[in-house]
Amino acid sequence: MSKFKKKKSGDLPPVSTASLPDIVFMLLFFFMVATVMRENTLKIENNLPNADQIEKLEKKDLVMYIYAGKPSSNYKDQYGTEARIQLNDNFADVSDIAAFIAAERASKREELIPFLITSLKVDKDANMGLVGDIKQELRKVNALKINYAAIQGEVSKNK
Amino acid sequence: MAKRAAPEVNAGSMADIAFLLLIFFLVTTTLEKDSGIARKLPPMEESEEDVIIKQKNIFTVLINNKDQLLVEDELMQLKDLKAAAVKFLDNGGDGSCGYCKGSRDQNSSDNPDKAIISLKNARETSYKQYISVQNELVGAYNQLRNRRALELGPQKGFPDMDFIAMEKNYSDVKWFGNKEKLGEVIDQIKAEYPQKLSEVQEQ
Repeated sequence: MSKFKKKKSGDLPPVSTASLPDIVFMLLFFFMVATVMRENTLKIENNLPNADQIEKLEKKDLVMYIYAGKPSSNYKDQYGTEARIQLNDNFADVSDIAAFIAAERASKREELIPFLITSLKVDKDANMGLVGDIKQELRKVNALKINYAAIQGEVSKNK
Repeated sequence: MAKRAAPEVNAGSMADIAFLLLIFFLVTTTLEKDSGIARKLPPMEESEEDVIIKQKNIFTVLINNKDQLLVEDELMQLKDLKAAAVKFLDNGGDGSCGYCKGSRDQNSSDNPDKAIISLKNARETSYKQYISVQNELVGAYNQLRNRRALELGPQKGFPDMDFIAMEKNYSDVKWFGNKEKLGEVIDQIKAEYPQKLSEVQEQ
């Protein structure tokens, strides 16, 4: 038997794991750089509709977000099941939009104000009445550039 | 005095720490990219005098509260909408539009500059249907603009580039080409097929 055990120069050396931290760090840095922390905690359901003629929103700092949709299950008892608007972290009324836009504008540099875009992140099951009200309110405060947030996909998936 | 080498710090747990951080970032990462259909709302001030638009230059799309489509007073499926819109926009009835390839039907739009798409929806219309319709209409404009870009591009020195690619290159910092000229081509195509989409909501 010993014939088999003894080969040229003893056992294989163990695989060195010294470079494992390096590999893990590399991954870590990738995710650290790529991570975008969520700004708002959503209190509503927000399944965006599909569309295939979409454009990317490049400058994140020039975008104001208005969310709308049904209150998520935690808030159903309190706020009902009718679709509602969410601004920042709270539920809001249509009449609060003007103040929200004014606050957003005040927080930006003055020369950037004409380039601000409002992104409407509306749940696909919301109805147009709410969206129409939001649009009307945005027209009142002269925030005319809007973007209907959508996911890349065929429209036939909007069922 | 016996000379002692400083003991090496054990780096074995380094991997564990790094893993911990890695897992934290893996979990919190949302690689989301904001994208959507860009639109511009009309300004608030209404012009006093009514502009008279010929009926044949208006393409009415109505979405009712059951998400059904009524296009030019006829029921239509969503999948046919794009082709119908393209046909209407590209008609070129008065013959002033040299690049149109439509049927030159006298009862449809005069030229792409005069053609207006009117989108009407009810309050109970669902948002997904509205977006689908918007998407199809924007798709119709893009289809015509792409076609025009492929025709116009080679003459101006931008071959094999459709309208979407042109706009992408135009906003791309890394693209090395004559941006000024490309901008002119984009503006020309936009002027040739202007997006005229008016929206009304039934109260």
